[in-house]
Amino acid sequence: MTAMSITASLLDLVAIALFILGLHLLNAPPTARLGNRLAAVGMFIALVMVLVQTAGVGWWAIAIGTILGALIGVVAALRVKMTAMPQMVALYNGAGGGAAAAIGVVEYYVFVNSGAGALDPIVSVSLVLSMIIGAVSIAGSIIAFLKLQEVMTGRPITYPGQQVVNAFIALAIVALGVWFIASAGTLPAWGFLILLAAALALGVLFVLPIGGADMPVVISLLNSFTGLAVAITGFEINSVLLIICGALVGASGTILTVDMGKAMNRPLTNVLFGAFGSGGGSEPAAGSGGPQNVRSVNADDVAIMLAYASKVMFVPGYGMAVAQAQHSVKALADQLEKRGVRVFYAIHPVAGRMPGHMNVLLAEANVPYEQLLDLDAANAEMPTTDVALVIGANDVTNPAARNVPSSPIYGMPILDVDKSANVIVLKRSMRSGFAGIDNPLYEMPNTAMLFGDAKASVDGLTAAVKAL
Amino acid sequence: MTDVGHLIQLLTVLLLAVFVGFEVISKVPTTLHTPLMSATNAIHGIVLAGAIVVTVALFGGGGNNALVTVLAIVAVTLGAINVFGGFAVTERMLQMFRRKENKP
Repeated sequence: MTAMSITASLLDLVAIALFILGLHLLNAPPTARLGNRLAAVGMFIALVMVLVQTAGVGWWAIAIGTILGALIGVVAALRVKMTAMPQMVALYNGAGGGAAAAIGVVEYYVFVNSGAGALDPIVSVSLVLSMIIGAVSIAGSIIAFLKLQEVMTGRPITYPGQQVVNAFIALAIVALGVWFIASAGTLPAWGFLILLAAALALGVLFVLPIGGADMPVVISLLNSFTGLAVAITGFEINSVLLIICGALVGASGTILTVDMGKAMNRPLTNVLFGAFGSGGGSEPAAGSGGPQNVRSVNADDVAIMLAYASKVMFVPGYGMAVAQAQHSVKALADQLEKRGVRVFYAIHPVAGRMPGHMNVLLAEANVPYEQLLDLDAANAEMPTTDVALVIGANDVTNPAARNVPSSPIYGMPILDVDKSANVIVLKRSMRSGFAGIDNPLYEMPNTAMLFGDAKASVDGLTAAVKAL
Repeated sequence: MTDVGHLIQLLTVLLLAVFVGFEVISKVPTTLHTPLMSATNAIHGIVLAGAIVVTVALFGGGGNNALVTVLAIVAVTLGAINVFGGFAVTERMLQMFRRKENKP
């Protein structure tokens, strides 16, 4: 080993330590920022060491790519609205997967061009795996982005024979991949290109039938895919750094995916192949005419109820994100706190479109994180809550999940808002939620509906509370 | 041919890193799941290092195929978007998580 490569390896160790320490500090809000910065320092060290070792070969290509990428990445990061965070994270994630796939293709070309007889088995296996997973990740992430950005419908897209088509493509990928490995990379170029195209197609097709409330699961899953692709790329180019980073991300993505699945009481296979809410015919409770006996109230009545409560629980959902109502919600909470009302926020793990989506939006509105309660903590408070104010959340408050075994969401852990003394549901109309399931909550005697746009309704409540 | 000993070393590293990852990340509270996801996103931006390495291999091997050169630049660009964007957006999000006392 040269002095240079020893130095580089030692500094890589420092970088790895900083990554792990950084992730560890993400455990708690007060230290999370330091954690992110430590990880960024680690990244800086690792990248500088890689650059130094290039000895200037291909410097202009590296410079163009890095500067362009840094500009795009930072400008997008500074401009993106907090409500658009899920699609932003999906895009960054796709970028990582795309890079892993492109690395595989370039590596393949370098090998073909070198005239070497055969690829080392470790390289051929890792090259083909990282390229396939990376391609699935970038294509899937782009579809997820388009769905979340509402460029295309967020609902599941299904067609007859969908799973047969997907299975066929997956088989083709396996066959071509095995061919690539068995031929030690010497298969005809068309075989390699079809493999790449098939992996991209699979990425598109596997996300198409997944929509709406299942997005948090998909985003987490794509995150773990990219981690896996990066780890395998580490084997391809013999880099311990990539292996460790990829493994850390893969672990995190897997934990989040499993958490999301648990929060919806659905196994991953069901999310991937189930096309929830697409009317499979086996959902007796779905869309049965809608609830009839709902009680509608006006802002003044609700304001009085809120102002004289001792504990109010806000229950935000995707509707709050769509209406960009987080600042209005905070303003209402401030008014209530001025009157001595204790205010909490109940956050369901799958509320919104990515893990922790609601927490970020409320943090943006300066809600102190101590007031954000997770599922168990919120449910412990519900029986002593005077008013639960449901803002754009539906399925995660549906008591049918507890007591209607025929309901498609039966068994899903929900926020027990119906156990609080009064429930006020802010809703645009009586349309059912994403899953297309009636919500018996709306017909309960302690529930009243305040119809209208979430933001306008909350602003109205704030004004009414102020006027009291 | 294949250096099996080296492969096993790399697999050992992978295995340990997976366990460390599960151990460290399972302690992150749901409140921070979005920043966690975007921070881990930024960390897999290390793929930029891989993109740089293959770009060097391409140029070092006398690769003069314009299409492949573009692809190498694309790989570097995507990796850089991932790294810089990932850390910047995480920083922006975490700035917003405050305690009650720190309210402006």
